[in-house]
Amino acid sequence: MINFLSKLKDGLKKTSDKFSDGLKDIISKRPVDSKLLDELEELLISSDLGVQVSSEIVQQFSSKRFNKEVTTDEVKLALSDLISQMLLPLETKFDVTNAHPFVILMVGVNGAGKTTSIGKLASQLKLQGKQVSMIAADTFRAAAVEQLEEWANRSDVRVFKGKLGADSAGLCYDGLNAAIKAGDDVVFIDTAGRLQNKTGLMDELKKIVRVIQKVLPDAPHLTLLTIDATTGQNAVSQVKEFKEIVDVNGLIVTKLDGSSKGGILVQIAGTTPVPVYFIGVGEKIEDLGVFKAAEYAENILGLSKF
Amino acid sequence: MFDTLTEKLSAAFYKITSRGVLSESDIDSAMREIRVALLEADVSLAVVKEFIANVKQKALGEEVVRSVTPGQMVVKIVHDELTAFLGADETQLKLNVTPPAVVLMLGLQGSGKTTTAAKIALKLKKQHKKVLLVSTDVYRPAAREQLAQLGLQIGVDSLDIKETEKPLEITKRAFEKAKIGFYDVLIIDTAGRLQIDDKMMTELKEIKALSNPCETLLVADALIGQEACNVAKTFNENIGVTGLVLTRIDGSSRAGAAISMKMATGVPIKFLGTGEKTEDLEVFHADRIAGRILGQGDVVSLVEQTMEKIDRAEAEKAAQEMMKGKFDLNSLLEQMRQMKKLGSMSGIASLIPGLAKYKSQIEAMNTDELMKKQEAIILSMTKQERKNPDIIKASRKRRIALGAGVEVSDVNRLLKSFEQMSQMMKKMGKFGAMRGLSSMVSKFSGGFPFGGFFK
Repeated sequence: MINFLSKLKDGLKKTSDKFSDGLKDIISKRPVDSKLLDELEELLISSDLGVQVSSEIVQQFSSKRFNKEVTTDEVKLALSDLISQMLLPLETKFDVTNAHPFVILMVGVNGAGKTTSIGKLASQLKLQGKQVSMIAADTFRAAAVEQLEEWANRSDVRVFKGKLGADSAGLCYDGLNAAIKAGDDVVFIDTAGRLQNKTGLMDELKKIVRVIQKVLPDAPHLTLLTIDATTGQNAVSQVKEFKEIVDVNGLIVTKLDGSSKGGILVQIAGTTPVPVYFIGVGEKIEDLGVFKAAEYAENILGLSKF
Repeated sequence: MFDTLTEKLSAAFYKITSRGVLSESDIDSAMREIRVALLEADVSLAVVKEFIANVKQKALGEEVVRSVTPGQMVVKIVHDELTAFLGADETQLKLNVTPPAVVLMLGLQGSGKTTTAAKIALKLKKQHKKVLLVSTDVYRPAAREQLAQLGLQIGVDSLDIKETEKPLEITKRAFEKAKIGFYDVLIIDTAGRLQIDDKMMTELKEIKALSNPCETLLVADALIGQEACNVAKTFNENIGVTGLVLTRIDGSSRAGAAISMKMATGVPIKFLGTGEKTEDLEVFHADRIAGRILGQGDVVSLVEQTMEKIDRAEAEKAAQEMMKGKFDLNSLLEQMRQMKKLGSMSGIASLIPGLAKYKSQIEAMNTDELMKKQEAIILSMTKQERKNPDIIKASRKRRIALGAGVEVSDVNRLLKSFEQMSQMMKKMGKFGAMRGLSSMVSKFSGGFPFGGFFK
């Protein structure tokens, strides 16, 4: 866990260095005036917090401190507090014990990191002694099944698969029945990446859920949407649309080890709040960790207090 | 948020277009809206500032002040500036070297490199080039299998996979094979990497030095946010890039990354990834992307979307029947269904220039719900009633309303609208306008006669 935290710190630090550097440029110790506020707003915008949210945060900040002298650290702490408060409702606990098997449906746009996240999560659960299986329901993309299989081999987990081009809903039906028979604790369903504005593909996703419910009426117990931290404003619509179609009830933010801050999550918290279960900070199994609002906010602002 | 900004921008433009004289404060307020629109379209902040400064300079010039409709001038300047900036360069791949010409693909994880590599291979194959595909991605599980499978699908050779080989060894072997096998083009796919990962960037440099590519294409996701500028800049500074490919342009993002990345690198955008199939690769259209970034609507996309989703044969059949005066509730139902395939009314509205600012009104009218209701009403009628609506009297109306779960007044409203529409059809037929209408119908499935319903 310590290893993971330091990695997260490293990952997020790269993003926040720029932020801190930017802040240092702006403030040594100076009064909070409209020029400073404009600059702060621009810094937040550069972190994908969006125009509206950035301006709201800056307004909140200024309402308490206008005309006062402030230092860089004070500004950082204050902004981080504000962002942390906005993100706090998204904190949640991952618990797979209230259903058996516990079915996790993984959805998201192409290339967001669904398969990789399943691979990491399955390995972690396996290490905790759970009996895990995966259903390779991405029957569209070339070698998607092989990719999931490779992850399964690494952590010694079963994969249920069909042929390229097979009906993914049908595959889920058979896979789920097989998992029940085997007495699995957790079943992951890896679906093909799809853009949220493709009606046909979204309907297909709805069908998958319908078919899953024929086997287990209360499944999927968790529908996780994977969001790439590099994503801009479109992430807001991703959450909204996927939630509307398949009732997404959890998020994973991936690729936080890059230079992007994943600041879009602050906007999501304001528009379509969905609990965030995990964050991805690297390519290794242990690089998937629990989301903590304060850490996330502090790291956006370059306050590394883990 | 997206919608309100499209609205705001349209409204700002509207304000200007509807006034005679353009003051500096007008320009300033328009520029503020444009700034916000660009930021909401994910154009990187630094790029937005530079762009706005340029445009303001131009807008303040004489040509604007003296022109007849200054407002339109501002809109035009912004759009033209964007189009000119985005599309100034050659977008063709430059492959005129002693074969094999090498194309190197690079980018962040999950940006679509492998799929794009296959798409480019297919495009070149259609130009009768002999292409060899190779993946040097030994990190992501099954990445090389993915490219090999895509190669098989499109009938393009790929280098056989040797499990333990390293990226540089693969590159070397691929180049040898391309040379000996008289391939025209060798496309090298690389592992996705972060531009801040020094070790991986060094590997990329080595692959590039070894293969001496004539095109080095940075593949980026059109959904990318503010970091677009940094990502492109760092890749270009460290590796050297000759062109950009923007993928997932078929998504709903405003694709502001196009401007950021172009400005950060100075190289042209060569292709757009427009779908999941291997044929879905388009040459870059500057004007379309400019309009999209500004939220001015993308008519071309609308037409394409229409073509894709509307069943032409069905639409033509319906049009012909209408021409014969056979416009009944069945035709109406068919039209509604075709229309629904296009997506929500408010979604369509956002694609039509000038309608974007009415989007919230259209949403408020709840047309999609309304259409659902209308459909339910028609579906609750018997075949006979649908063919001959005149027989629907009070007791039938009650039954239909009950069946559709609506009030009798809703049924009345539908019948009245239908009556008006068929009157209109008859009139148009008389004046010989039917031919025009039928061609419109076959293109747009006659969606717009619905106008009457939305009042």
